[in-house]
Order: sequence, then structure tokens, then C-alpha cells
Amino acid sequence: MTWIQDHLGLIGSLAVRHAVLAGIPLLLGLVVSLPLGWLAHRYRRLAPVALAGTGLLYTIPSLALFILMPLLLGTKILNPINVVAAMTIYTIALLVRTVVDGLDSVPKDVDAAALAMGLTGLRRLLGVQLPLAIPVIAAGLRVAAVSNVSIVSVASIIGVSQLGDLLVDGYNRDIPGALWAGIIGCLALALLFDIVIQVVARLLTPWRASTKPAAAGAPA
Amino acid sequence: MITSIWAWLRDPAHWSGADGIPTRLAEHLGYTAIVMVLAAAIALPLGLYVGHSGRARWLITAANAARAVPTLGLLFALSLWLGPKLSGDLAFSAPSIIVLVLLAIPPLLAGAYAGVEAVDPAARDAAKGMGMQPAQVLRSVELPVALPLLLSGVRAALLQVIATATIAAYVGLGGLGRYLIDGLATGDYAATAGGALLVAGLALAADLLLAALTRAVVSPGLTGKYRGADGVDIPGRTDVAFER
Repeated sequence: MTWIQDHLGLIGSLAVRHAVLAGIPLLLGLVVSLPLGWLAHRYRRLAPVALAGTGLLYTIPSLALFILMPLLLGTKILNPINVVAAMTIYTIALLVRTVVDGLDSVPKDVDAAALAMGLTGLRRLLGVQLPLAIPVIAAGLRVAAVSNVSIVSVASIIGVSQLGDLLVDGYNRDIPGALWAGIIGCLALALLFDIVIQVVARLLTPWRASTKPAAAGAPA
Repeated sequence: MITSIWAWLRDPAHWSGADGIPTRLAEHLGYTAIVMVLAAAIALPLGLYVGHSGRARWLITAANAARAVPTLGLLFALSLWLGPKLSGDLAFSAPSIIVLVLLAIPPLLAGAYAGVEAVDPAARDAAKGMGMQPAQVLRSVELPVALPLLLSGVRAALLQVIATATIAAYVGLGGLGRYLIDGLATGDYAATAGGALLVAGLALAADLLLAALTRAVVSPGLTGKYRGADGVDIPGRTDVAFER
């Protein structure tokens, strides 16, 4: 415990780096997954291709993907961009399916009513379909967030620093305090991401406030 | 850069001996097989039981919550704590194997549970009505119907184990991860990236193999290749979320 008290400043700055390395890919991944998922939802024949393709990306182990990123991007191995890009790929792999499921979960009659009211194309998507898909998309985003926070710590092995540094240092120099700080820090950050996503999803879907949370798409 | 990686992969010196690619690949496959057998022996019966009886659902929730613990932290903590208590090779391999088993359990448990849970109650009732005993219902109705989700849990666990076994080279485990960890330590990018390519290839091959297996063993009544006259409801393919 004293180790943690003595190193609060270090832990804090590593936690901020960790949040950035895990959080930015979450936003980038969502931005890319929304149109991809919409395409797969709209043109059903694309769905198997899009889902299988992104699924295959997710099979590549994190340490291998971090190491191979410089080959694809032409960056140096220590560049944090490698980690952000790799995490974005993982996020997209998880979220495209979620976006498809979310858009599929929109009740057909609601969609038909929107169409009958004269809402077409983008206005129906942004005004009706997407808001109604938020609960499912948020559930997928929570899975991706927890997964990202855990995976990012592996980046310490290639020398990109964040909370994982505490784990590596704690192990190499046999400092249980550092190891615990790293584990607790990762857990706290995952919890924080989870809460933020739930709060934002709640705020974006005020009509659900009084009802029970949506069961559809909850993490398995 | 690419040419040096290619040269590393093609160098005959890397294809024989204790640090050769065949040996490392065999080690990696060996750990993966041991871990999957141990984890499946624990998690699958448990998941089927929880799904079949509806009891002890907290197990599933607890296992899922435990996934938030960073893999790297779990690996280091157990190695640091258990390593000194063991001697010889076991000091390096035993903590890693235990962590890998712990990591493989949640997706296996969730897959088996979700599969049985998703069985249409009408199908279960029909089986009972036909005079099947509880064990028969589980074996002849619930298990076959649960198979797609159960296998998606196996796939998640398998990929997780292959990925984490790579990282476990950091705490002294053998396998393909050695090239990545040793290459990084000596600044040999060709070896590091060559190893990374091998690991990625192994993961992809395992994924495709399991997809083929799923296709082969899942009943045609579930995959939509066969539809009953009354249009049997076919559950969609759902994946069990996993991380590495």
C-alpha cells in the first residue's frame, strides 16, 4: 500500500495514457463501425462478408498485431499510433456486428411508421433507427471498452507506456505494490469506461428512463 | 524490412533444433491442447448444468466480471507468487498453464450456458412428453441445439489461449511467443515480426479449423440447410464475446 501512496503521481499519469490509448480507438472504431454496420444491415448480402472479415481481424493475437503494425503503417515500433491503430481494428471487429444487431433490433412497425410520415434515407436513419439501436450498440461498446482496457496493458511489452508498465515493473523488479496498482488501476479504468458508456446511453435514450434496462444484446 | 523478415522465416537454421520453428510450434500447440482439455473438463459440464437446471447463474456473472482483470496482471501476479514455490521447468510453465486455464473458462462457461439456455422450451417439453429422462433430454435435445453457441465459446477460448500463451513467453513459457519476446529484448525486428506472423497464422488457422468443425458437427436442422414443413425456428448465429 505504501508503494501505491508514494507513486500516486506516476499511477495517475499512466492511467491517463491508458485511458487515451483505450478510449480513442473506441471512438474511432464506433465512427467506422456505424457506416459499415449500416451497409451490412441495409444490403443483407454484404453482412456475412463484413462480419467474417472483421471477425478474422479479431483472431490476430494482440502482441502479434502490435508488432506487425509498423509494417502496415511504416511507423517506428515505439510509436503509440501502432497501439491506437491495432485497438481500433479490434474495436471495429467487435462493433460492426453490434451495429448490425442494433439496427436489426429496431421494431419493423416503428420503421414503417417513420417511412409513412415521410422520413427517408438519412433522416430516418439518424432520427429513428439509430436512436432506437442505441441500447444494443451501447452494450457492444461496453464489451469493447472492457476488452480494450485489458488489451492495452500488453503494449508495455513493446515499450508503449501506460498502466501495463506497473505490471511489467512489478514483475521484473518484484514489487507487489506496483503489480497491484496496475491490476487495480486497469479494473478501475474498465469500470469507469463502463459507467460513462451507460450514463451517455441513458442520456441519449431518455424514453427508457423509467423502464427496465434493455436485455437485448447484453454482454454474453 | 519485409525482405529481412522473409529471410528470417526462410533461414534453414530457424527450422531445426530446440529453438527451431517446428519445436516452438509443437510447444505452442501442446500448451494450447493441455489448457483447452483442462478448461473444457471444468467449464463445459458446469455451463451445461447451470443452463439445464437454471441454478447457480451467479457463476456465469462472476466468470464474466472476472474477465475485466487484465490478462497481463493475472499472469505476472501468479508467476511471482507461485514461481518461487516450484522448481525446475515447472516454475515457469505451471503458473502460465494455470492462468491460461483460468482465462479459457469464462468463454467456455458462457458458451455452454447460453447454448442450453437458448433451447426452445417447447422442444424441451416435447422431449419430456416423449418420455425422455432428464439426462436424455440434455444429451439428445439440449446439447445438439446448444452446439453452435457452445462451439463459439470454444472458439473464443481457443483464440484467447493461443494469444495469451504468446504473451506468457515473457514469464518463461516456451512456444512461438519466444521469438516475439526474445526478438524484442535483443532488438531483432526480423525475428520479432517473423514470430508475430507465425502466431497470427496459427490463430487464423485455428479459427478456420474450428469454423469447419462447427459446420461439420452442427445438426442440419439448426443451420437452415434443412427446414421442417412447419418452418422450425432457427436460432441465429450468436458469438460469445471474448478478449485477449
